[in-house]
Amino acid sequence: MLGKLTWGAIPFDQPIPLIAGGLVGVGLLCLLALVVLKGWFPYVWREWITSVDHKRIGVMYTLLAMTMLLRGFTDAIMMRTQQALAFRAPGYLPPEHYDQIFAAHGTMMIFFVAMPFMIGLMNFVVPLQLGIRDVAFPTLNSVGFWLTATGALLANISLVVGEFSRATWLPFPPLSELAYSPGVGVDYYLWAIEISGAGTLVSGINLVTTILKMHAPGMTYFRMPIFCWTTLASNLLIVAAFPLLTATLAMLLLDRYLGFHFFTNEGGGNVMMFMNLIWAWGHPEIYILILPAFGIYSEVISTFSRKPIFGYRSMVAATMAICLLSFTVWLHHFFTMGAGADVNAVFGIASSIIAVPTGVKLFNWMFTLFGGRIVFAPPMLWSMGFLVTFIIGGMTGVLLAVPPADFVLHNSLFLVAHFHNVLIGGLLFGAFAGYTFWFPKAFGFRLHEGLGKAAFWCWFIGFYVAFMPLYVLGLMGMTRRMQHYDVPEWHPWLLIAAAGAVIILAGIVLQIVQLVVSFRRRDELRDVTGDPWNGRSLEWSTASPPPAFNFAVLPQVGGLDAYWAMKQPGEHTKEPAYADIEMPVNSPTGFICAFFATFMGFALIWHIWWLAILSAAGAYATFVVFAWRDRDEYTIPAATVAYLDRTNRRAREAAPVSITAAP
Amino acid sequence: MSDMKRHGNDVAPGDGPLDEGDTEGVGAYLVGLALAVLLTGVAFFIEGTNLVWGPSIPVALIVLAIAQMGVHLVFFLHITSGPDSINNVMALAFGVLIVMLLIGGSLWIMSNLNHNMMSGDRTMQMAR
Repeated sequence: MLGKLTWGAIPFDQPIPLIAGGLVGVGLLCLLALVVLKGWFPYVWREWITSVDHKRIGVMYTLLAMTMLLRGFTDAIMMRTQQALAFRAPGYLPPEHYDQIFAAHGTMMIFFVAMPFMIGLMNFVVPLQLGIRDVAFPTLNSVGFWLTATGALLANISLVVGEFSRATWLPFPPLSELAYSPGVGVDYYLWAIEISGAGTLVSGINLVTTILKMHAPGMTYFRMPIFCWTTLASNLLIVAAFPLLTATLAMLLLDRYLGFHFFTNEGGGNVMMFMNLIWAWGHPEIYILILPAFGIYSEVISTFSRKPIFGYRSMVAATMAICLLSFTVWLHHFFTMGAGADVNAVFGIASSIIAVPTGVKLFNWMFTLFGGRIVFAPPMLWSMGFLVTFIIGGMTGVLLAVPPADFVLHNSLFLVAHFHNVLIGGLLFGAFAGYTFWFPKAFGFRLHEGLGKAAFWCWFIGFYVAFMPLYVLGLMGMTRRMQHYDVPEWHPWLLIAAAGAVIILAGIVLQIVQLVVSFRRRDELRDVTGDPWNGRSLEWSTASPPPAFNFAVLPQVGGLDAYWAMKQPGEHTKEPAYADIEMPVNSPTGFICAFFATFMGFALIWHIWWLAILSAAGAYATFVVFAWRDRDEYTIPAATVAYLDRTNRRAREAAPVSITAAP
Repeated sequence: MSDMKRHGNDVAPGDGPLDEGDTEGVGAYLVGLALAVLLTGVAFFIEGTNLVWGPSIPVALIVLAIAQMGVHLVFFLHITSGPDSINNVMALAFGVLIVMLLIGGSLWIMSNLNHNMMSGDRTMQMAR
């Protein structure tokens, strides 16, 4: 009846996950009770859960990412404290639990923090920057978000029901095969990633179509803001690479469920083929994550230097070059696998070449800063922190791209320091820059500046204190994923690294405090005009938060930095003629489909076949019902549009003129 | 939002007005179907016949397969050289490039690996 699921699946003997999971569960129940008792449920259902508005979906993606960041960081600080304590001692985490923690940390941070954070920002910002009212496939977008949430939920359920994978964030066979991981941990990983990967793929299709097919009048490709370009490149990579992940993990699922031999050691399987396939997805994945961050830095640096971005066309060319080159370097993740000198040399050189377009971008950012009137607002601080930090990470990356050096450093903490250097210093700083930059656009009030700066400095200093010791440890020969060790020279460095994690924790606490304080003081932080930063692109030309239809009339774009041109003196346009606007109706399709997908994933993990079949049928039926709907759009009357737009126009005219004619 | 489609010189590739080209409509699908069936039929016929020189049969099959792909692309997927299908052509080119990189790269990596690992075995055998 319940497959493999018994009371034994609940880890009563392991207090840490049980208490943590229990607390989160109680917290969620309290939140749910609050929403229901306060009578907020109809609002939450109507305006958020069933919303197909790209802005709402973007906010929900970002919220998911920030929640999962707390989970992923909890894993991180547990690993750091374990390694700080485990010098000639067992520490406090038993090996099988420690193994689950490092697997969960990587899985959470990549799939449920970095991906939703970037997709959330892209979803929110790109249609606004393109000057359009919606994305190409609004309901599909909602389905994508809810499937991602399903994946995150499944991965977190493993905390209290069963166990999580112990086979690292990419389940390398043979360790992840049935013979060596007979438990449900790897299955939790596989189904969580298969389901959320499908969500990511549809989200990618949606954004590619939106950028290629939908523009405001005059918004040609070479007038799109850089963030739109990097989003296009990143989503092209999603469309090209994610099927590869799905297929590779599906092969592993066939091995585990139906006794296939794709990646086993016997029966003709080849373990190395898994490495090859997973990294052929894995390396583009890294650029899927970093390219949107590059776009955010471009927007932020240009806005806060009061200058157009330097070298726009070279920036676009560099973005597209990275997009293509990212598919030619994957072997550098397994130089030591045993390929010959020819193969290693070719992929080593390709990996070094990819540093060239990245270097072009760095110089462009520096030349944008040069001669600008720089405003050190929090988004700019994150960007400056990125410029400094990312160069170090990039340099160590080029070092690792040299095969002989990689043979020394492979799987050492040097590698761990390198990829955290580019992921935190590149991606996460970018995510935070974008979060502070576009927060007023999303909610209508700015985030508290002082607390934002304090959070930045904690993250910045904490990062260096936590990860520079890992470079040293890697050069001293310490390998990654060690549960305990007995080399006295390593111990002080690991203590320093743990201290760094504590400083980062202070940064996270400050960010939470910042959110609470900003919400409480939202009236004095209010953004009345919709243009709090003296922005340049179209998202700042509408109110904050933008109305459901984004733009009362579609903006006419005459060049780069469209909004900057619009607000120059003498360019004031008179009131336009308002018309009715048709917008897509909300749909619970995404939520219901994800509801069934959650049960399906859970049932497949525990071999509850009847439930799996039932929920798959339910998810399919949801789509059939959706396909047969009669009404897919509703009309916003011209009077409402006019009222909302006039309010914003008056606020803009009343605001003190902050526009100074910079070059 | 049809007003976004046409605005003078500022037309993004693939955003031009859709015109009923040679590959639209039921007629075109029927032509495509006929060609596809013909090519399939010829392939089956050639495989069993002794009218052509034996060793040329695989080459002929490859040629027919490529022609089949062309028919599918033109008549069913509407990949033409017209201005309205630039996006489709670009998407196809990108897809083909990525697939080639992945398949070619994987074959090269895995064969090089096998060769490399094999030579280790052989050295052992020679040492014995």
